[in-house]
Amino acid sequence: MISRYSRQELFSPIGKNGQKKISSSHVLIIGAGALGSGSAEALVRAGIGRLTIVDRDYVEWSNLQRQQLYSEEDAKNRLPKAIAAKNRLHAINSSVEIEAMVADASVQELEAWASKFDLIIDATDNFETRMIINDVSQKYGVPWIYGACVGSYGISYTFIPEKTPCLACLLETVPLGGLTCDTAGIISPAVSMVVSYQISEALKILVGDLDSLRGKLVSFDLWKNQFSAVNVDSLKKEDCPSCGATRSYPFLSFENQTKTAVLCGRNTVQIRPPQTADRDLEALETILIQQGRVVQRNPFLLSFQVDPYRMVVFKDGRVLIHGTKDVSEAKSLYHRYLG
Amino acid sequence: MKVTLNGESVQLPEHITFVSDVLKHYNIHEKIVVVEVNGKILSRLEHENTRLADNDRIEIVHFVGGG
Repeated sequence: MISRYSRQELFSPIGKNGQKKISSSHVLIIGAGALGSGSAEALVRAGIGRLTIVDRDYVEWSNLQRQQLYSEEDAKNRLPKAIAAKNRLHAINSSVEIEAMVADASVQELEAWASKFDLIIDATDNFETRMIINDVSQKYGVPWIYGACVGSYGISYTFIPEKTPCLACLLETVPLGGLTCDTAGIISPAVSMVVSYQISEALKILVGDLDSLRGKLVSFDLWKNQFSAVNVDSLKKEDCPSCGATRSYPFLSFENQTKTAVLCGRNTVQIRPPQTADRDLEALETILIQQGRVVQRNPFLLSFQVDPYRMVVFKDGRVLIHGTKDVSEAKSLYHRYLG
Repeated sequence: MKVTLNGESVQLPEHITFVSDVLKHYNIHEKIVVVEVNGKILSRLEHENTRLADNDRIEIVHFVGGG
């Protein structure tokens, strides 16, 4: 019988030897939205040994335009994305061991899991989780591949511990309040393109062909026809708190985590970012109005409805999410609308 | 001035002198960006005092979070 991987084995940088390595690898995908769906399907079709996929959300109708693993049935049943993903992935390739986790991937979870994996694929929608992934990657020596997209724009970078700069070197501060897929929209080709960059790099890492890694921060805009690939090696910082000589992994510490609290008897969750922020409420109002939302704003706070929830954003960065007592549901809404 | 921005030839308006002016012009000055001019990556402080000239090759990458 001709192997189902014959075409991949014919590709000489992989070959039969590379396929063996792929089939004995264990990859963690964090997030099962658009990027996570695409990456999971590609890796499962490529025949990795084991896949762990984690997501805290459930399937909604607005996901179906781009999240390739899900069907109308999943949206009707409000199935958790991790479970719906596992079902579909198992139907695609039953020889891959798939572990689905309906969970909020935060510090405790990631620290407990990290050392098991050969590679972590970022398919999250927020920088808070990415900074945790970054510190975990450095602490346990596991490479990770950043990918993100909004509108027709996408970006990706491959982080190899002890070799490349880390995310903290590149960012210096954690971005707050950027555009998100739920505020600025997203087209599916931007997703596929980022997935293609991430999975090409993933395959190189899994077969051990590190010399072929891109080594550059890549970004593109498919609508404006722009492309850029920049060598960011010079941004690696000797004194970086996440990857430098005297590192402290700041994003694994309690002080740097976003705090949540369920407000008793109010069906409300409060989310408080680690540092006091100065949110630009006026800019946020403009974006939300463009989406056709009804927004109320005064100098201290802004309030808007995302049925059946109401979100109240304070100038100091705190957010109240009314209409839920579920912390991970609240965090999901927070990252979807506020970046 | 005429520069190459992310691979495309672009005519920048008269008032633009520094890299930070370009970021403001494209309304990305409040985003986290990596800027490369003629093959050299600039630190964030250098955005304010790096003068641009005709035919400069500029690459601007901004970080986004969606996925």
